[in-house]
Amino acid sequence: MAPADGQVTASAAEVTPGAAGVAASAARASASAAEVAAAVTDPELPMVTLAELGILRDVRETEDGVEVTITPTYSGCPAMEAIRADLLRALRRGGFEKASVRTQLAPAWTTDWISAAGRAKLAAAGISPPGPAPRRAAGPVPLRLGLRDEPIACPRCGEPQTERLAAFGATACRELRRCPACREPFEHVKEI
Amino acid sequence: MSFDDAYQALTDHDDDARWAYGTGFADPLAGVPTELPEGVDAADLAAYCLMLGDDALILSHRLQQWVTRAPELEDEMAIANIALDLLGQARLLLTRAGEAEGAGRGEDDLAYLREAAEFRHVRLVERQDEHFGHLIARLLVFSVWRLALLDRLSASRDPVLAAIGAKGVKEVAYHREYAAGWAVRLGDGTPLSHERMQAGLDAVWPLIGELFEPHEVEQRLPGVAIDRASLRSEFDAVIAQVLEAATLDRPTSAPSSERGHGPELAEILAEMQGLARATPGGVW
Repeated sequence: MAPADGQVTASAAEVTPGAAGVAASAARASASAAEVAAAVTDPELPMVTLAELGILRDVRETEDGVEVTITPTYSGCPAMEAIRADLLRALRRGGFEKASVRTQLAPAWTTDWISAAGRAKLAAAGISPPGPAPRRAAGPVPLRLGLRDEPIACPRCGEPQTERLAAFGATACRELRRCPACREPFEHVKEI
Repeated sequence: MSFDDAYQALTDHDDDARWAYGTGFADPLAGVPTELPEGVDAADLAAYCLMLGDDALILSHRLQQWVTRAPELEDEMAIANIALDLLGQARLLLTRAGEAEGAGRGEDDLAYLREAAEFRHVRLVERQDEHFGHLIARLLVFSVWRLALLDRLSASRDPVLAAIGAKGVKEVAYHREYAAGWAVRLGDGTPLSHERMQAGLDAVWPLIGELFEPHEVEQRLPGVAIDRASLRSEFDAVIAQVLEAATLDRPTSAPSSERGHGPELAEILAEMQGLARATPGGVW
């Protein structure tokens, strides 16, 4: 169990010297804290890293240890605690015993932060990556009734026009679609 | 560390990082600066965060009661996802309320150990749905109202409320689209679906008065809180757009601005708080 404030200190981590310590120093020589954090994958989308998803905002090495900043994709994302724990564990294994993870709420996460490499990996795994996030004009958020007409291509056969089956998929960030050509359903990361 | 597959993660002995009561994981605002904006009364800010947080928390619970009862799997997923978004908003707001209050209460204390009389949500979120038409009508009215509110909140002088507002807008826009889509499908569907959708709207309509009646806590927090009376014109315009497409009539009943809670809240709290009250501070 992590303390309530998400901080893990050297005393809490209880890293014993010895073989693990040697391995840890070797790892520290080979990878920076930023590299270790950037390699951690997302618990729900394990084909992409937190860095590729744009969840990892900053990694800083200070006198007090490593400070990692992450931002939630959705307010209720149940993976945030897992992500925090995964980061602390990876850093510990990488030789960074003192590390903390802080949450940053603003600016709110947008799918525009998913990198080109992340998009390619999602597509390769059969998950259609998001298009550009909607741009808002001034005034109230417009309500769109009826079918959305954005061309979202099938990640399997490339058919450019597919249809939405459900706006809410297996996780908050995905919707379910169907391809009229190859008849296969697929998931699409919603543009937000 | 990350795992090759989710099943491997489930069997890892120290992978207990899923939030639920008793897991010990708390504070969704970890690392977010906690200072209050200048000139703001901390008790008022705490009360306001509870108002916004309780609306989300209680409606989330009502939506969760639909899980395993929705008409189709896709709607089950949608309702559960909407409930999850609202629960996430509630966690942030209750945590902020606890910080402003300064009495050492966290999100779990506020959600699970408060008495019914201390809850500050609007009556709309509390009522029991009789059928799917009621669910959609309530979700439509709530999400149209809350989207207008969160959008304005994103310019709040309190940076935490502003961030919660900006993030919530993206989520509630999807909730509103879902509810509006079903309202049109049912309203402009068969005679029976039209009748049920209209009945749902008629049932929730008397409760909307409270959504726009100026509130003393909001008035004591200028620049931080949103004056709910200012939401009325956007609400009316969006509802009119949906009702027209859905061939539904705007209910004629007089909205009541009465506040307070009914016996239904006791049922909700008995279910929601039972585990936490039976095992105070329990961690496993």
